[in-house]
Amino acid sequence: MSSSQRKILLSPVVDNNPITLQVLGICSALAVTTQLSTSVVMCLAVTAVLAASNVSVSLIRNHMPTNIRMIVQMVIIASLVIVVDQLLKAYAYDISKKLSVFVGLIITNCIVMGRTEAFASSNKPWPSLLDGIGHGLGYSAILLAVAVVRELFGSGKLFGHEIFPLVTDGGWYNPNGLMLLAPSAFFLIGLIIWGVRAWKPAQVEKREYQIKVVHRTEAI
Amino acid sequence: MEAYLSLFIRSIFIENLALSFFLGMCTFLAVSKKVETAIGLGLAVVVVQVITVPANNLIYHFLLREGALAWAGLPEVDLSFLGLLTYIGVIAAMVQILEMTLDKYFPALYHALGIFLPLITVNCAILGGSLFMVERSYTFGQSVVFGVGSGIGWALAIVALAGIREKLKYSDVPDGLQGLGITFITVGLMSMAFMAFSGIQL
Repeated sequence: MSSSQRKILLSPVVDNNPITLQVLGICSALAVTTQLSTSVVMCLAVTAVLAASNVSVSLIRNHMPTNIRMIVQMVIIASLVIVVDQLLKAYAYDISKKLSVFVGLIITNCIVMGRTEAFASSNKPWPSLLDGIGHGLGYSAILLAVAVVRELFGSGKLFGHEIFPLVTDGGWYNPNGLMLLAPSAFFLIGLIIWGVRAWKPAQVEKREYQIKVVHRTEAI
Repeated sequence: MEAYLSLFIRSIFIENLALSFFLGMCTFLAVSKKVETAIGLGLAVVVVQVITVPANNLIYHFLLREGALAWAGLPEVDLSFLGLLTYIGVIAAMVQILEMTLDKYFPALYHALGIFLPLITVNCAILGGSLFMVERSYTFGQSVVFGVGSGIGWALAIVALAGIREKLKYSDVPDGLQGLGITFITVGLMSMAFMAFSGIQL
């Protein structure tokens, strides 16, 4: 694998992360993260759809009339999501029930549409596959980080196995109920963004409104 | 009637699409810098939601559901796996038709909403509304009420967030939190405030 290909694969994980920098695919990132097992399944599903849709769009990129390309991409993505949905219903029914509508919502997950439109429609299949997997990894990294914190502190478990014994079962850990509710996901992603940007200052957004600092001697 | 009213209130406040189901987050965060644009987008979402949820409800009940094709003499056919493809198709088509109708008959409204309409096809709140309608097996009447309520709830949330962000840009936020980070924290606080509505029964 050449260095440019490795860059395509790895840059979306931190440097160009779809969630923390490009603001794509946040909807599902927040909703499925109360448990680690559902998040793992969701990550696999999104990565599979991303890779497959990128390759399919890339394969037919030269035969696709530009004015109907959105509809064609939408149909490809929707068909892939149906396959994933049916597979989950067949082999992981419980998890598929827990994910409820969020598997279907991969169709409107902006990462998938965004990558087919921005990358796959103008690149060869192999780089497109790497790009799809790379963005899937970047998405998964954030999702898993949020899920670990929410499940561990919200119910003292990981993958359903007890890590902190709960007070109700005679242990010492008093679970933080907020972690299982909607607001905690927003706070956690906000804090992750803060962390990533403190580490990579190049990603910091410019202030819209700059407070002008007037030096004392200048004012006089 | 009371059941409808309760569903209406629930879909606006308690089960707010944006703040408790995280739907439509991408546009929610991207288009909430100004109150005016937020109102435009909010209106467009309400209009599209009111049309597509009942339309998908009819399609589900008369074409896709298991045994729905009994009127055509095919009682054992189950087309529900085609649901996702159909709903997104209906949404895309409705948005396109709405755009053309507005352009022809209501040019002023078209100019106000115009740029937001294409964005709505890929807004998860719209597809999510249709999927929730199927999952909770709403009747036609319920789906109309749910469409109106969930649309208004989403619009309310984005307008409120835009109001906060307009003021927030003058505040001194730490560098790393600038922009997206502080917006997430704000939305988290808003979602906490909306949780105060939970448990309200009519």
